Amino acid sequence: MFAYIIRRIFAAVVLLLVVSAVTFAIFFLLPRIAGETADQLATQYVGKNPSPEAIAAVKQNLGFDQPLYTQYWNFLKGLVSGAEYKFGPDPVTCHVPCFGYSFKNHLEVWPELTKRIPITLSLAIGAAVCWLVSGVTTGVISALKPRSIFDRLAMGIALTGVSLPVFFTGALLLTLFSYQWPILDNLQYVDFTDDPLMWARNLILPWISLAFLYSALYARLTRAGMLETMSEDYIRTARAKGLVERKVVTRHGLRAALTPIVTIFGMDLGLLLGGALITEQVFSLQGVGAFAVQAIADNDLPKILGVTLLAAFFIVACNLVVDLLYALVDPRVRLS
Amino acid sequence: MRRSRTVALTAAAAAAVLIVTGCSSGSKSSGSSSASGSAGGGGADAATKGVVNASDKKGGTVTYEMKGAPDSFDPGNTYYAYIYNFSRLYGRPLTTFAPGAGADGNKLVPDLAESLGKPSADGLTWTYKLRAGLKYDDGTPISSKDVKYAVERSNFAPDVNSNGPTYFHDFLVDNATPYQGPYKDKTGGLDSIETPDDQTIVFHLKQPFADFDYLVSAPQTVPVPQAKDDGSGYVKHVVSSGAYKFDSYDDGKQLTLVPNTNWDPATDPIRKQLADKIVVRMGMEQSTIDKDLMAGNAQVDLVGGGVDPQTQAQILQNPKLKANTDNAYGGRLVYTAINTKVAPFDNIECRKAVQYAIDKVSVQTTLGGPIRGQIANTVLPPDIAGHQDFNVWETKDNKGDLDKAKAALKACGKPDGFNTVITARTERDPEVQAATAIQAALKKININVEIQKYAQGKYFSDAAGVPQFTQDHNIGLMMMQWGADWPTGYGFLQQISDGRAIKASGNSNLAQLNDPEVNKLLDDAITNTDQSAREKIYGQIDKKIMDQAVYVPLTDFKVFLYRPDSATNLVSTSAFSGEYDYLNIGTTK
Repeated sequence: MFAYIIRRIFAAVVLLLVVSAVTFAIFFLLPRIAGETADQLATQYVGKNPSPEAIAAVKQNLGFDQPLYTQYWNFLKGLVSGAEYKFGPDPVTCHVPCFGYSFKNHLEVWPELTKRIPITLSLAIGAAVCWLVSGVTTGVISALKPRSIFDRLAMGIALTGVSLPVFFTGALLLTLFSYQWPILDNLQYVDFTDDPLMWARNLILPWISLAFLYSALYARLTRAGMLETMSEDYIRTARAKGLVERKVVTRHGLRAALTPIVTIFGMDLGLLLGGALITEQVFSLQGVGAFAVQAIADNDLPKILGVTLLAAFFIVACNLVVDLLYALVDPRVRLS
Repeated sequence: MRRSRTVALTAAAAAAVLIVTGCSSGSKSSGSSSASGSAGGGGADAATKGVVNASDKKGGTVTYEMKGAPDSFDPGNTYYAYIYNFSRLYGRPLTTFAPGAGADGNKLVPDLAESLGKPSADGLTWTYKLRAGLKYDDGTPISSKDVKYAVERSNFAPDVNSNGPTYFHDFLVDNATPYQGPYKDKTGGLDSIETPDDQTIVFHLKQPFADFDYLVSAPQTVPVPQAKDDGSGYVKHVVSSGAYKFDSYDDGKQLTLVPNTNWDPATDPIRKQLADKIVVRMGMEQSTIDKDLMAGNAQVDLVGGGVDPQTQAQILQNPKLKANTDNAYGGRLVYTAINTKVAPFDNIECRKAVQYAIDKVSVQTTLGGPIRGQIANTVLPPDIAGHQDFNVWETKDNKGDLDKAKAALKACGKPDGFNTVITARTERDPEVQAATAIQAALKKININVEIQKYAQGKYFSDAAGVPQFTQDHNIGLMMMQWGADWPTGYGFLQQISDGRAIKASGNSNLAQLNDPEVNKLLDDAITNTDQSAREKIYGQIDKKIMDQAVYVPLTDFKVFLYRPDSATNLVSTSAFSGEYDYLNIGTTK
C-alpha cells in the first residue's frame, strides 16, 4: 500500500512536470515558432505607444531575451528555490514556490493564486455535497422503485438539469432570488472563518446551480448501477440469509454501485477545483476560475502557467484519492 | 490614447438592441417620464446636461463595480480613462477637470497647484506653485519634490511602471547622460524638473507645448513620497493626497477607500467628502453590475462603458428605466484606416473609392445603431474642442455612392477592382461585424476584401500596429477606435496623424500618414499660445487628413449609462469619455 502511494505520488510529480513543460511550450515556444519576436512579446506589457527603450527594459526584466530553455529552467528553479525580481528601488523576493511575477500587475503569482483557493474550494466542496446527497439519494430511490411516478419525475428533472447550462440556471436563480424577490441579495463571498452563516447564505445559489447540473448525472448513474447491482445473485443471497432490506441496499447494493460514481466524482471535483469558470463568472466569485479568465484576457503568461499547473494538480490529486478510495468502497479491489 | 474597456461591449450591444428596438433611432427622449422614487432624477440624458441628484448629504457607502480589473490603481502606472477619473479620489494632480456636463467637463482647473501653469515667453518653461497647507493622509506635508518624483517614476522607469503614457519623457529636456529613472539613477533625478522650494515646480521643455496644462492633469503628477515608493508594490498602499485614502486593497478583488482625515477642504475647491466608505468590487459580470445598479446595490459601473446589450434592450422598452439613462459621446472615433504604404492604396484615387463605397448606415447598425454612435464624417469627434462640421466624401444619406466609387477606381487605374485585407480584433465582435459590412460594400465595386482577425492583445504589438507586417501581408484596411489622452485637437490627432509618430511596433498612425503639411500644422498648433487659434488649426488638420482620404470615419462612439436613484451628484463628462465624474458621487442609501 505504502509503496503504491509513493509510486503514484512520483508519477503525479512527473505528470505535473510534463504539464508545466507543455504549457510553457504552448505559451512561450509556439509564438516564437509562429514568428513572434522577443520585442513583440515584450511590447504587450509596455502599455500603449511604447518607446524602444521601454520595450528593451521590459524584455530584459521579464527574461524574454534569454533562450527558451534558460527561461524554463529559471521557472523550474524558482519553484524550488525562489527568485529575485527588480521591479522597484529594491530587489523583490519571490518566495518558494515561485511561479513568477505577473507581467501585468507585477505581483507574485502564487500568493495571488492561493488567495483564490478558499473561494473555489468552498464552491466546489459545497456543491459536491449537494449533488452527491441529492443525486445518489434520488438515484437509489428511483432504482428501488423503477417506473414509479417518483422515478419518472426524478429522471425527468434529472434530464432537465443535465440539459441546462450553469450560465442559464445561475442567471435565472440570481434574477429570481437576488433581484425579483431579493431574499438572497447582495451576494459577496464571505470567508467561512469570518461568518459561517453568511458564507453559506452567499454560496447557496452557486451550489444549487452546480448541483442541479451534476446531480442529474449522478442520479442517472446511481440508478443504472443500482438497477444492475440489485439484480445480482449476491443480493438475492443477502436477502435469503435474512438481512433487512436497508442493509441489503446500503451495504451490498449501493456499495458496489458506487465504484463508477467515485471515479467520476474524482474527475468532476478535480476539474471544479481547478476553477469553475462559468459559475464563478455568473456569480462574480473571485476564485481560481475568475483568476484564469482574467489571466487569459490579459495574456499574462506566468498567471496562465500557474493556474494551469494548479488545475492539473487538483485533477491529479483527486484521481489519486479516488484510486485509494476504491479499496475502501469496493472489497474486490486491493492495492498493491 | 487612454484605453477603454467599452469597445468590445459597444459593438456587441448593437445586434441585440436593434432587434428589440426595431432599429429605433437613438434620438434623445423627451425626458418627460421620471424614475420612480428619484430625487430630481431629471429624465433621460439629464446627466449630460447638468448634475443630477445634486446633494451634500454625507454618509453611506458608495459601491463601484467593474468587469475584470484595471491595469493599476497606482496613479503613476495607468492608462485607463476610468482610473484617470477615479484616482482623483485619492490623488490630486497639478490640474484637473472641473465636474461639468458634456463638453463643460473639459474645463481645466488647478488642483494641487494654486493656479494653472505659467508659461515663459518662449513657451519652453512652465511653472506651477502648489497650494499651501497640503498634506498626505499620514499628516506629512506634500512637497513639490514629490510631484517631480511622481513624474520621474511614471515616465522614466518603463520596466517597473509600464502601463502609462510617457509624454513627459518625450517632451521634457533629458539630462546630458540620458536619465534612467529613480530606481536606477541615484544621482539626483531629472534636471529639467526643478523644485526651487517645496511649493514650486518648474518644467523645462524641448519645444513649446501649449497643452501642457492638460498634460499635468494626468495622474502622473499626483505626488508620491519617495520613501514610501516600493515600485510595483506601491499599488497596495498608495499614499493619499485626495479626499479619500486606501483602507484595504486585494488585487483583482476589492479596493476600499475611507475618508482621509488629513485632507483639508479649505485647500480643495472642487472635492466633497460625502461617503463614509467607497468600495470597488472587481471581476463582476456586466449583467450583474447592471442589475446591481438598477437594484441600488451599486452606484457606479467603474468602467463606465455602459450597460450590456440585454440590459440595454430591457431599458429601451421601459420608459421608467430609460428615464434613468444617459446617452453621451465618449470622445472616441470608430474608423477604418487605409494603409498608404500598401498598393494600390498608395494612390489617393483608390482610397477615394473606399470612402465613397462604404455604406456607413449599415456599419453603424453593426456597431449597435445610433444609440451606440452617430455617423461620423470628420476625424475629430464633436465633443473635442476644435471640431468642425464638414463632409469631404459625402454620399446620399451616408449610404455610399457606387458611381463615384467606380469612377475613382477607374481614375486609380483599377477599373476591375483588386484584392486586399482588412484587420479587426477577434474579441470585438461588433468590430468584426463592421468589417463584414465594409467587405460587402466594397464587393460591389469589385474590391475583394479578406477579413483577418487578431487577438486584441496582439493587435498593435504584432499585427496592425507593425507597419512591416501590414506591408508583408497586403493589409490595406484596418479597423480602429481612438480616443484622446486629453480633450484637445492635439491630444486626439497627434498620435494618429503625425508622420513622426510612426513606430515599428505599437504604432497608432495606422494609415502611416506622413504629410509634411499636417506635421507642420501640428507643430504650429502646439506652439501657439492662443487657444482659439489652436482650435482653428485643429479643424484645418482634420480637413487635411480627410482630403488625403486616409481614414474613413464611421461613428462617433456613444456610451449608454444607467443612473441609479441611490447615487447623488452624477454628471456625465466629456473629459472622461462620457463617464460620470467620480469626484463627488455620494449616496442616499
